[in-house]
Amino acid sequence: MHEMSICESIISVIEQQAVAQSFDKVNMVRLEVGAMAGVELEALRFSFDVVTRGSIADGAKLDVIELPVTGWCMPCARAISVRERYDACPDCGSYQIQITGGEELRIKEMEVD
Amino acid sequence: MCTVCGCSEGQVTVEGGAPHSHGHDHSHSHEGHHHHHDHAEDGTHHYGHGPAHAHAPGLSQARMVQIETDILAKNNEYATANRRHFDEHGMLALNLVSSPGSGKTTLLTETIKALSGDLDMGVIEGDQQTANDAERIRETGAPAVQVNTGKGCHLDGHMVGHALEHLALPDDSVLFIENVGNLVCPAGFDLGEAHKVVILSVTEGEDKPIKYPDMFHASDVMLLTKTDLLPHLDFDVEKCLGYARRVNPKIKTLLVSAKSGEGMEDWLDWIRASREIARLGKRQSETA
Repeated sequence: MHEMSICESIISVIEQQAVAQSFDKVNMVRLEVGAMAGVELEALRFSFDVVTRGSIADGAKLDVIELPVTGWCMPCARAISVRERYDACPDCGSYQIQITGGEELRIKEMEVD
Repeated sequence: MCTVCGCSEGQVTVEGGAPHSHGHDHSHSHEGHHHHHDHAEDGTHHYGHGPAHAHAPGLSQARMVQIETDILAKNNEYATANRRHFDEHGMLALNLVSSPGSGKTTLLTETIKALSGDLDMGVIEGDQQTANDAERIRETGAPAVQVNTGKGCHLDGHMVGHALEHLALPDDSVLFIENVGNLVCPAGFDLGEAHKVVILSVTEGEDKPIKYPDMFHASDVMLLTKTDLLPHLDFDVEKCLGYARRVNPKIKTLLVSAKSGEGMEDWLDWIRASREIARLGKRQSETA
C-alpha cells in the first residue's frame, strides 16, 4: 500500500504550491504515471480520495495520464516498445534492452480556484 | 507517532539506540500532516469566499497550474541529505531488501560477527511491528535502532535520517539498513544508500526476479542465500541468476550460506571494498 504514501506526498506538494501560487481549492489533479512506476492506479485512486479528505484537495478529481514503457534495443540500435522490464526485443529477441521511459511519477498540473 | 519529535506520520516509531540530544539540525517539512489552511487571515485572496459568496456570473476563477513536480521529490530531498551525510563521513550505507523470511537478519548477525573488530557497524531495522530484530542485532554488540513503520510498507528517507541521529555512528563505518520485508514498495524509495542489496533465499521461487522485477532492477547486488539447503531442493540456480540478469544486466550475484559460511568471504570482501570506496570519497571532499 505505498500508494497511500504517494498520495500523502501529492498532498504535501499541493500544500506547498497552495502557498507559493496562492490558491485554496483544488478541483483537479493531473498526474503522469509510467506503466513501470510501480503504482497500482486503482489503489492510487482509492488512497487519493481518502487522503485528500479535509484537505484543500477534498473532492478533487484525479486524472491520470498513463505513459507507456519505451526501450532501446542495443543490437538493433533503435527505440522499441516493450511491456515489461524482462521482455525481449520484439524484433531480434535480444534481452539487451535499456528501458528509456515508463518510470515517470509526477504531478503534471492542477486546476485550482 | 515518531518519538523523536512527533514530526512524522501517525504510525511510525523509532525505538532504542544511543541516548540522543535533541539537536535537530535538519529542516522538517511535516509531510503527512494535513495542515488545514482556512485562509481566514487578512490579506489572503478571497474572491467569492466572502459572506455574500459573490462570484461574478459567467466567470470562473478556476485556473490551471503547471507544476511538473516529481511526486517523490520530498523523499528524494531527505535521501539526498542522508547521502551527503554518508559522503562527508566516509560511511557505507547498504539498503537490504527482500521478502519476509529470506534470512536477512540471520545473514546480518553473521556478517556483523565476522566483521566486528575490523569495521564499525550500525543497523537500522525496519519492521511493521516489534523490536525483535533490533534486539537480535544488539546481541552481536553492534548498535541498532528499530523503526516500526506501523501501517507503512517501506522505510523512507525521513525515517532513516532520524534513526541516523539515534545511532551516532563514527566516521568510516558501515550502516546496514534492513528494510521492511517487501519486494515491492521499498524499490521506489531512495534512502540515500550507496547500494540496494536484494536478498533472495533458495527456498523461494527461482522466478522471483521476474515476478518482482522493480526490486531486482533497482538493486546492485543480489545475494542468493541459504545455499546449504540446495541439495534438498529443486531450485535451479542458473535459471534464477539468468532471470535476475534479464531484469538487470548489471546486477552482481553472490551465493552465500550464513549457516555453513559458504560464500560469506566474497560477501564480506565486497562490503570491505565498498567501504574503502566510500572512504575515498570522503578524503576527496576534505581536500577539495
